[in-house]
Amino acid sequence: MERPGPGPEPPGMGPSLPAGEDALRGEQMVINMGPSHPSTHGVLRLVVTLDGETVTAVRPYVGYLHRGMEKIAEGMTYTQFIPYTDRLDYLAPLSNNVAYIMAVEKLMGITVPPRAQVIRVMCCEIARISAHLLWLGTGALDLGAATVFFHSFRERETLYNIIESLTGARLTTSYPRVGGLALDLPEGWTTQVRQFVDSFPKALDELDDLLTGNQIWMKRTQGIGVISADHAIGLGMTGPNLRGSGVAYDVRRAEPYLGYEQYDFDVPVGSTGDVYDRYLVRMEEMRQSTRILDQALRRLPDGPINIDDPKIVLPPKDRVLRKMEELIQQFMIVTEGFKAPEGEIYHAIEAPKGELGFFIRSEGDKSPYRLHIRSPSFISLQGIEAMAVGSLVSDLVAVIASLDPVMGEVDR
Amino acid sequence: MGAGPYIDASPPRALAERLKDRFGDAVLDVAEFRGEITVVVSKDRLLEVARHLREDRDAAFEMLTTVVAMHFLSGDHEHEVVYQLYSVSRNQRLRIKVRLRPGEVVASVTPIWPGANWLEREQYDLVGVRFQGHPDLRRIIMPEDYPDHPLRKDFDVEGGPTSIDGEGRPASPGFRDMEHA
Repeated sequence: MERPGPGPEPPGMGPSLPAGEDALRGEQMVINMGPSHPSTHGVLRLVVTLDGETVTAVRPYVGYLHRGMEKIAEGMTYTQFIPYTDRLDYLAPLSNNVAYIMAVEKLMGITVPPRAQVIRVMCCEIARISAHLLWLGTGALDLGAATVFFHSFRERETLYNIIESLTGARLTTSYPRVGGLALDLPEGWTTQVRQFVDSFPKALDELDDLLTGNQIWMKRTQGIGVISADHAIGLGMTGPNLRGSGVAYDVRRAEPYLGYEQYDFDVPVGSTGDVYDRYLVRMEEMRQSTRILDQALRRLPDGPINIDDPKIVLPPKDRVLRKMEELIQQFMIVTEGFKAPEGEIYHAIEAPKGELGFFIRSEGDKSPYRLHIRSPSFISLQGIEAMAVGSLVSDLVAVIASLDPVMGEVDR
Repeated sequence: MGAGPYIDASPPRALAERLKDRFGDAVLDVAEFRGEITVVVSKDRLLEVARHLREDRDAAFEMLTTVVAMHFLSGDHEHEVVYQLYSVSRNQRLRIKVRLRPGEVVASVTPIWPGANWLEREQYDLVGVRFQGHPDLRRIIMPEDYPDHPLRKDFDVEGGPTSIDGEGRPASPGFRDMEHA
């Protein structure tokens, strides 16, 4: 609230202020945003201190969606935990599945066959595009650009149909398995993906036209929520939030997994680290993901989708129904699981939100002794204070949208 | 196909050796598993080693990727705390680990990596490790008045002295550490 009184003196003229800087400040106000506020994208709660309309402090409170996943993992087999990973970043379940499975495979010392690797790459990139489309639609909606939402959700619907025909579910995919995949590709699936790859760049250009050169969009996002590269690295930020500040760290490049080193793609980076840069980075990432999908479709090899290890991979169903050995094998895997060697590993992939890593400590049992999920959204949220202090409340909404947090993986 | 799912960037073995030379007794153990190096560090000299790893030009671990604490019921140590480090400029990963006996605390690495703030709060909240010198050691995931650290191995997952009653209150006032709640 403004205190009535004479207007401020122009700088360098007149006497200095009697009570120092505080004389210029009004009464501070503390407001609560969330945990169910439309712009916080889930159950994020921010306690915001305001001076007039200017944000002077932001304290995030998280944990409203905590389901104890890390504890749950300690009480079940490695395979049983797969469905829980769907519910981490619930906008990109396929990507979480792959991240978890690859961590277990690293612990087990497994490398999956080439066909499974290429299919997993496609899963990850489809998840990235659909997650970014949701971010684009809702982010623009938060800033009052409602049109973008409908266009981006139309494209996202196509992807969800593709995911549904691959896994049988739109959200709870649980598609990969330790040692490979649950099922091979359904008939006609590659044609569906091919149609998407061919049509999506044009649709993305339309979305681009709506925002990138839009004066209102630029005024709402440029110079807002700036974070420097050093600051972002110090906070541990990754993914588009870090790349927006100009750091070209992408796990697909830094530590290629699933054969990413054989794909031709660019890692876009921003220059100033504001909301607009993070927007540009994600837009370009959708184009790059489409390129990767295109290459994956071209190189998709024939061959097995699972490793040949009867202790880990379920036998074919028709054999289970007719052969005693396979029946026992299936029974043992389903009821007992498999044991992982003793050791500690950390494995990370480039998820849509950033570096999604799983730390697993195994004591040689069928379930992990300790499983820790390094979720990119949780760590990115730490940057909100640095980005929002000094800006207006309405800019805080832009900052939250640009960080793209998903509370499912923040709270776990 | 090329390399499998493993981290292909060669593990920083030479760096681990140099740490041994430089810090002597403070480096208790160096282990390698699946191409990842874990350096066990004496808890009293953690900050010194961490600062070196952050500032030395050959190490340059600018980023603290994550912090994981583990609880043990048997053995000499009650907790292990793992710091997963990443160097953006040198593209290498390293894990350092400290072991804590019952009642011991470990220094917070927030002065070196500001991002440790929430990471340490989370491990304090869920596992119960105290980080000395942390600027804001409050619970972060569980409710502020929650009585226990659920990722401890003695946590009763089927309900028990530390469970919540039907109205959301702790069923018993077994608050383990009210001084931080």
